[in-house]
Amino acid sequence: VGHYGGSYKVTYDLYKKYGDMRLLDTPICENGFMGMGIGAAMTGLRPIVEGMNMGFLLLAYNQISNNAGMLHYTSGGQYKVPMVIRGPGGVGRQLGAEHSQRLESYFQSIPGVQLVACSTAANAKALLKSAIRSDNPIIFFEHVLLYNVKGETKDGYYQPLEKAEMVRSGRDVTILCYSRMRYVVMQAVAELEKQGYDPEVIDLISLKPFDMEAITNSVKKTKRVIIVEECMKTGGIGASLSATINESCFDDLDHQVVRLSSQDVPTAYAYELEAATIVQPEQVVAAVQRVVGTPVSA
Amino acid sequence: MAFAMGEVSKVCLAGEQQPVRVQPQSAPRQLLPKGRSRRCFTPLRAAGNPNVAAAAATAKPPAAAKKAIDQAYPGINPEKAEDLYRDMYLGREFEEMCAQMYYRGKMFGFVHLYCGQEAVSTGVIRHLRQSDYICSTYRDHVHALSKGVPAKNIMAELYGKKTGICRGQGGSMHMFSAEHGLLGGFAFIGEGIPVGLGAAFRSKYLRDALGDEGHDSVSVNFFGDGTANNGQFYECLNMATLYKLPCIFVVENNLWAIGMSHLRATGPSGIADEEPFIYKKGPAFGMPGVLVDGMDVRAVHKVAAEAIARARRGEGPTLIEAQTYRFRGHSLADPDELRSKEEKEKWLARDPIPMFAEWAVKEGLLTEGKIKELQQSVMAEVEEAVKFADESPKPEKGQLLENVFADPKGFGIDPSGKYRFEMPGFRSGEAAVS
Repeated sequence: VGHYGGSYKVTYDLYKKYGDMRLLDTPICENGFMGMGIGAAMTGLRPIVEGMNMGFLLLAYNQISNNAGMLHYTSGGQYKVPMVIRGPGGVGRQLGAEHSQRLESYFQSIPGVQLVACSTAANAKALLKSAIRSDNPIIFFEHVLLYNVKGETKDGYYQPLEKAEMVRSGRDVTILCYSRMRYVVMQAVAELEKQGYDPEVIDLISLKPFDMEAITNSVKKTKRVIIVEECMKTGGIGASLSATINESCFDDLDHQVVRLSSQDVPTAYAYELEAATIVQPEQVVAAVQRVVGTPVSA
Repeated sequence: MAFAMGEVSKVCLAGEQQPVRVQPQSAPRQLLPKGRSRRCFTPLRAAGNPNVAAAAATAKPPAAAKKAIDQAYPGINPEKAEDLYRDMYLGREFEEMCAQMYYRGKMFGFVHLYCGQEAVSTGVIRHLRQSDYICSTYRDHVHALSKGVPAKNIMAELYGKKTGICRGQGGSMHMFSAEHGLLGGFAFIGEGIPVGLGAAFRSKYLRDALGDEGHDSVSVNFFGDGTANNGQFYECLNMATLYKLPCIFVVENNLWAIGMSHLRATGPSGIADEEPFIYKKGPAFGMPGVLVDGMDVRAVHKVAAEAIARARRGEGPTLIEAQTYRFRGHSLADPDELRSKEEKEKWLARDPIPMFAEWAVKEGLLTEGKIKELQQSVMAEVEEAVKFADESPKPEKGQLLENVFADPKGFGIDPSGKYRFEMPGFRSGEAAVS
């Protein structure tokens, strides 16, 4: 985060302004420096720990699960862990299996952490500001391919960490997505609009906990749900979301919840195989056509 | 180099070729008489104990005593001797009481007792201020006591009552105290060391990055010989030296990691060594490594004083290996079949508490009467702790959801639009939160 400027230059030149101790370059020992961040958070600081790629957090899993998630509870509320764990994740361009992990769901079950996925310049800034100020440990997922996306940001605006974002209001079907899948879905929506469909697109933002108000209101309106995620199908974010929607909105649904997830396959290096592993816009279009049938407006 | 070489410790500054064992100060003790009670030591009920009485008979007159103490063990005056003795005795009585209560069905699960290792906890922690930090493992009751956590709150925690130090939510292996700087209580070995490092980092950060001069708190990590083979230990040794953190690593080498002997788990520490020494790993990571007799509280006290002063001066971390032994099994559920009778008896003969009492009486620092008074005060405290724990209420179900998140908004938003923590049923632990 210091002299190198951070993974994908996210913290570029900040060390010149704030010094080497505040932009702390560490040796490569994820479990060690994650634990150090936790100890610092417990004793009053607000650290932001970068995983150079979110995949490397697997090495820090002991600390994230046992310490970041649990310590507020096992200490009976005496210590809190107000830290942000952030970094680039997701599938990039032919980076190979270990650098193309989509492991949001691995952290889902940890009691005591919140998971947030940003997707635009505006919400990246606003959510990070909120995450830093939150007293909970937040795992903040950025995406390798979204760092070049440009957009307007608002100064002094804090976005609540638990609320989803309405991307496009509609009537035919609710499409729930997050991170880069938002752009994949919007690409499909451009095609679907031409065909006369009117999908509602919601960016989840909060992967844990889910914004059940936004989701149930949308499902009541459209009666159909498609979840589009970059996580693996087995045990992915979509898997628990699908179960929750089933429990909360069973009577409102006219079609089973459809999940478009990436294959339960390590990300291959070859371009075609990599593309076949994750969800593509054509699949979203096909799913909407299958779920909605003939568009209402046609 | 500030560390004293020679009689109380062996300091390793560079790779040494000859393995060295530190010889204990006092003459070899008699073995305990046969047919002793279930307790693993005979408490020094001073009147009638031949060794203490003999020591009292040959006690030096006060003036000569003071001179001798200042040279060999600076810092142990009568007041300090009382503090050290009482703290060790409290640790022992408390743990013995835990064993009794466990077998009576008052506490459950995994309980790891510290009997035999008291000299390390007392010798190090009694130097520390309330604003200093310690980080322990699952064998944390006595570290908590030495740091000042009230015995009654620890006992209540072991009983799972809501007056426990962690509201009954932590248990034996997860003792925390924000008031007394106890960072935990961790079940996985090595897991606490980075956390302790974080506390040391915070102290340095407040001073150097935020310019707040007053912060010179230190952080002491306690862990065992088994942990010294774990990656987190090495990662932290490196970072502690790299950032010159005010951190002290205390390895309580009791030769056994549950049932794994240290000699079977750890390779030799130097090319010419045949034995695995942990303190020799210090210089490899740029910090002094100190070997100390962990059954001699005076030696531990002396070595710790220097390590803590070094850390406060901003000179960086120290690795201390204390050779000690646990008299009981790894936990109360451990049948302890692997350790030989001879080994146990050899270490039992060097019980730190009677050893210190004898010396203190001989040096004129404590009298038999004072020792008896301290023992009675400790026993009263432990009895009171048990009574408090027995009489304390159990946690209600309403406590279930309260401390999962520091900010309960983390439970998210309910379909009705309200945050879940605002819904009825949250306070009674009945609400659906996911």
